[in-house]
Amino acid sequence: MQWLGLWHYWAVIILMMIGLYIVIARGNLVKKVMGLSIFQVSVIMFYVSIGKIEGGTAPIIPEGGYQLVYSNPLPHVLMLTAIVVGISTTALALALIVRIQEAYGTVEDDELNKIDGASS
Amino acid sequence: MIEQLPALQVVLPLFSALLCLLIRNKTASRLFAVAVSWGCLAIALILLQTVQESGIISYHLGGWFPPLGIEYRIDLLNAYVLIIVAMISAVVLPFGFGHWGLSIPEGREYLFYCAFLLCISGLLGITITGDVFNVFVFLEITSLSSYALIAMGRSRRALRAAFTYLVMGTVGGTFILIGIGMMYLETGTLNMVDIANRLPLAYGSRTVLVAFAFLTVGVGIKLAVFPLHHWLPNAYCYAPAAVSAFLAATATKVSYYVLVRVIFTLFGAAYIFETLRFHVLLIPLSLLAMFVGSAVAIYQTNIKRLLAYSSIAQIGYMTLGLSFASINGLTGGLVHLFNHALMKGGLFLVAASVMHSIASNEIDDMRGLGRKMPFTMAAFVLGGLSLIGVPGTVGFISKWYLIVAALEKGWYPIAVLILLSSFLAVIYVWRAVEIFFFREPDAETVIKEAPLSMLIPTWILIGGTLFFGLQTGWTAGVASSVADSLLGGLP
Amino acid sequence: MTPDQLIALSILSPAIGALAIAVIGRNDDGGHTPRDIMTIVATLFTFGFVVQLVGPVMAGDRPELSLFEILPGLAIAFKVEPLGMLFALVASGLWIPTSIYSFGYMRGHHEHHQTRFFVCFAIAIFAALGIAFARNLLTLFLFYELLTFSTYPLVTHAGSEKAVKAGRSYLGILVFTSVSFLLLAIVWTWQTTGTLEFRPGGIVDGHLEGTPVFLLLALFVFGTGKAALMPFHRWLPAAMVAPTPVSALLHAVAVVKAGVFTILKVIVYVFGIDFLTDGNYALWLCYAAGFTLISASLVALTKDNLKARLAYSTISQLSYIVLGAALATKTSVLGGGMHIVMHAMGKITLFFCAGAIMVASHKTEISDMKGIGRQMPFTMFAFFIASLSIIGLPPLGGAWSKWYLVLGALEAGQLVMVGVLVVSSLLNIAYLLPIVVNAFFYPAAEVQIGDGIKEAPIACVASLLVTASGCLILFLYPGFFLDLAQMIGEF
Repeated sequence: MQWLGLWHYWAVIILMMIGLYIVIARGNLVKKVMGLSIFQVSVIMFYVSIGKIEGGTAPIIPEGGYQLVYSNPLPHVLMLTAIVVGISTTALALALIVRIQEAYGTVEDDELNKIDGASS
Repeated sequence: MIEQLPALQVVLPLFSALLCLLIRNKTASRLFAVAVSWGCLAIALILLQTVQESGIISYHLGGWFPPLGIEYRIDLLNAYVLIIVAMISAVVLPFGFGHWGLSIPEGREYLFYCAFLLCISGLLGITITGDVFNVFVFLEITSLSSYALIAMGRSRRALRAAFTYLVMGTVGGTFILIGIGMMYLETGTLNMVDIANRLPLAYGSRTVLVAFAFLTVGVGIKLAVFPLHHWLPNAYCYAPAAVSAFLAATATKVSYYVLVRVIFTLFGAAYIFETLRFHVLLIPLSLLAMFVGSAVAIYQTNIKRLLAYSSIAQIGYMTLGLSFASINGLTGGLVHLFNHALMKGGLFLVAASVMHSIASNEIDDMRGLGRKMPFTMAAFVLGGLSLIGVPGTVGFISKWYLIVAALEKGWYPIAVLILLSSFLAVIYVWRAVEIFFFREPDAETVIKEAPLSMLIPTWILIGGTLFFGLQTGWTAGVASSVADSLLGGLP
Repeated sequence: MTPDQLIALSILSPAIGALAIAVIGRNDDGGHTPRDIMTIVATLFTFGFVVQLVGPVMAGDRPELSLFEILPGLAIAFKVEPLGMLFALVASGLWIPTSIYSFGYMRGHHEHHQTRFFVCFAIAIFAALGIAFARNLLTLFLFYELLTFSTYPLVTHAGSEKAVKAGRSYLGILVFTSVSFLLLAIVWTWQTTGTLEFRPGGIVDGHLEGTPVFLLLALFVFGTGKAALMPFHRWLPAAMVAPTPVSALLHAVAVVKAGVFTILKVIVYVFGIDFLTDGNYALWLCYAAGFTLISASLVALTKDNLKARLAYSTISQLSYIVLGAALATKTSVLGGGMHIVMHAMGKITLFFCAGAIMVASHKTEISDMKGIGRQMPFTMFAFFIASLSIIGLPPLGGAWSKWYLVLGALEAGQLVMVGVLVVSSLLNIAYLLPIVVNAFFYPAAEVQIGDGIKEAPIACVASLLVTASGCLILFLYPGFFLDLAQMIGEF
C-alpha cells in the first residue's frame, strides 16, 4: 500500500478533522468560523490534489504542439468557485458575529446560552 | 424565447436581485420583487407544460455541449419542484404588503428583497440544473441568502439561529462538495446523466460508498432529517414572519429533491436499496422524526416552534415515502412535497398574520383569537385538519399513498405507526384550536382581523390544501408519473 | 328530476342550507326568526328530495351519482340502496322535528351562538346523508370524518371547561379510532381486494380468509367509534354536556346511527353475510355486542342524571344493531335495520322530554323529578310511550325490531343471544319505567308556586308529541320500513 504516496489525502483528512473539531468543541463563535474555514480548505485541497496526474504538466499548450499528459485543470476551476463560496460564508458569519456582539455583548457560546436561557 | 426559458428561470431572479440593489425605494423594490416572482411562476408553468407535452428539455448553457458544458435538464420531477418553489414565492412575497416586522433600518428594505430574490434564484437553480457542481453552487447561494434572511428577524435570537444554521448548513454543503468530488474521482464527469451512466462501473469501490455517505449526510443536514434537524426549530421560529413561511415551504423541499436525484438518478435505486440496503437506516430515522417531531410539538408554547417541529415530523413522512422505493411510496413522498408546501406555507402565514395583529407568537397570547380573527383562525383549523390527514384535504392523500405503500411491502407495523403519528398531530393541533376558540380573549386590547393583503395569500395556500385534496390529478398524477420514471420499472 | 339529480339535491340541500343560515343569521346570536325560517326551509327541502328517492329504490332501482376521482381508481360516488335509504329517511326526517324543538329549546334556554348551532347542525346532516348514500368506503370515510368535525362545535357549544373537556374526549376517541383502525382497515381492504365499492355478497370473499378476516373485521368494528362499542364508548356520556337538541338528533339519531349504519353496511356489503357465517367470523362480535348491551344497561341503572341514563341506554341499544349485524342472517340484519328506525324515533322522544324538563323546571336528576307528571303531563306521557318502544313492547314500534332481532338470533342458532335480548329488555324496564312511575304516581317533592300545568315551550312539546306518536304509527304501519329493510343485501 502506498501510504506515504497518499500523503495528500492524509493532509486532507487531518485538516478536515481539525476543522470539524474546532467547530464542535470551541465555544467562541469566531473560533467556530475559523474551524469552518479550515474544514472548507481541506476540501479545496482534496479537489486540487485529485487534479494532479502523475507525469502530467500544467495544462498550457506550449509552442510547438501538444504535450502528451496534462494535469486536470477542472478541479482547480471548481475550487475557485468553492473558495469564493468559502469567503462569502466567512464574511457573512463574521457579520453575524458582529451583530451578535452588539446585541448580546459577548460571542462565547455558553454565555450566549445563559443570556438566552435567562430571558426566555 | 421559449428555448431560452430554462436559463431565464434562473437568470431572471438572479439579475433582478442585482437590479434590486439599485432600486432604493421601498415600495418600488417590493413591487419589482413581486413582479419578478410572478414572472418566475409563469416561466415554471410554461416549462411544466412543455415537459408534459414534449418530454425532457435539455438546455445547454452557453451553447457548450454536455458533458463538458453545464446542462439544464428539466424532466417531470424538476418541473414539478420548480412549480412548488415559484408558486410559494409568488404567493408569499405579496403577503401583507411587506409589513413583515423586519429589523431592518428604514431605507434599507431593498436589501431584503435583494436577498429574497437571490434565495429564489438559488432554489430554482438547484432544481433546474443537470450538473452536480452547479447544484452545489446554487445550494450555497440559497443557503447564504437564507442565513441573511433569517438574521433579519425581530429578536436578537434570530442572529444566533442564523449563525447556527450557517455553521450546520456550511458543514452540510461542504459534505455535499466532498461527495461530488468523490463521484468526480470515479466517473470523471459532473453531468448527472453522465454520472448515472458511468457510476455503475465503479459500484464495488469504496469511494462510491463514501461519496454516497457524504452526499446523504450533507443533504440530510439541509433537509433536517432526524437527527440532523437541530437548526430548524430556531431558524423557523425566529425568522421574520413570512420568511419562515417561504423557507418552510421551499428550502427543505428542494433539499428533498436533491436527495431524490442523488438516490434515484445518480446512483440508481437498485444499488441504493438492494445492495446498500439504505432503507434499513432511513426508515427508523424517518419514524423517529415522525414521532419525536410530533411529540415535541405537543409541548411547544410558541406557535412557530410548534409548526417547525411539525415540519420535522412531516419531513419524516417524506423520507419514509422515499425509503419504500416503490411507486406508491415514492409518489407519497413526492406528493407530500407539494402538499406540505401548501400546508406549512399557509400555517406560517397564519402565524405571520397573528404576529401582525397581536405582536406575539406565544400560543397563550392567542386566547380567544377565534372570535376576533375568524378568517385567519379558520385557515389555521383547515391547515391543521390537513396536517392530521382528514380526508378531503391534501394531508390525507399523502398518508394514503404512504399506507398503501407500507401494506404493499407487508410492513404492517409501519402502517400502524404512520397512523399513530397522525393521531399525535391531532393533539398538538387541537391544543392550539382549543386556546383559539374556547378561551376568553384579552378584553381591553383591540384586535382586528388581518388585512386582506394577508388573508388572500393565506387562503390561496390553505384553499389549495382543500382543492388539491379533492382534485389530485395535478399533484398525485404528476408525482406518480415521476415515481414511475425514477424507479424505471422497479415495482 | 332524474334520480341522480335527486341524490345531488338531497345531499346538497343541507349544505346550501348551512350557507344560507350562516348568511342570514350572521349578525344575530340569539333567536332570530328569518334564520329559523331558513332552517325549516332547508329541512323541508332535504326531506322532500330524500323522500322522492324512495319510489325508485322500492321499485328495485339503485340510483347512482359519481363525482370526481380523488385517488386513482377511487371516486367520490354515491349509490342509493335500501339500507342507505333507510338511514337517510331517518336522519332527514327527524331533522324537521328537531329543528322545531331547537327553536323552542334554544330560545327558552336563552342560548348564545344559535347561528353557529344551526349551521353546524345542517353540516352534520349533510355529512350524515353523504354517509347514507356513499357508494364506496372512501366516500363514507370522508363524510364520516366530516361528521366528527362538524359536530365538535355542537358538543362544545356551551364553551365551558366541562364542555371543552367533553369535546376533547369526543374528538379524541372518535378520531383515534377512525384514524388508527378504520383507515387502516380501509386501506387494507383496498390493497387486498383492489376495490372499495359496496357490493352485495361483499368484496372480501376470495381475497382473504382465516385470521386476517377476523383482524379486518375487528379493525372495521372498533374503528367505527361512533357505534360506541365498548371500550370506545366513553365519548357518548361525555357528549351529553351538549344542549339537548344536539343530544337528541346527533347522539340518538345521526352520529350514532352513522356508526351502526357503517358497521351494518360493512358487514353486509364489504364482507357479505354468507361469507361471514361460512367462516364463523363474526361470532366474537356477537359476544362483544352482547357484553356492551348488558353492561351499558347495568350502568344506566346506576345513573341518576337523566341524560346520562339515556346516554348509556343509547350505548346499549346501539349494540342491538351491532348484534343484528354480527348474527349475519337476513332476518337479524332486517332487525338491525328496523331498530335503526325504531330506536331513533323512541330515543329522540326521550331526549326531547329530558330537554323539555330541563327548560321548564331546570331539573336534571331523576330523583328530583318526583311528581313532575302533574306539571308536565304531555311530556311525561310522551316519555312513557317512547320508553315502551325502547323496551320493545307492543303497541309501539320497538316491538317489531326486537321481534326480528330475536328471530334472527334463533335463525343463527345463537340461543345465548336470545337470552341476552330478553334480559336486556328486562333491564330496559328497570331503568326506564321507574322514571315514569316517579313522575306520575308520587307527589311532588316541594310545593310548586302556582300549581297547574307548567310545560316546556310549545315548540318543544309539539315536537315530542309528534315523535312519540311516530313510535305508535311505526307499530301500526311498519310495512314501509319492513319492505325497505327486507331488501338489504340485494342490490
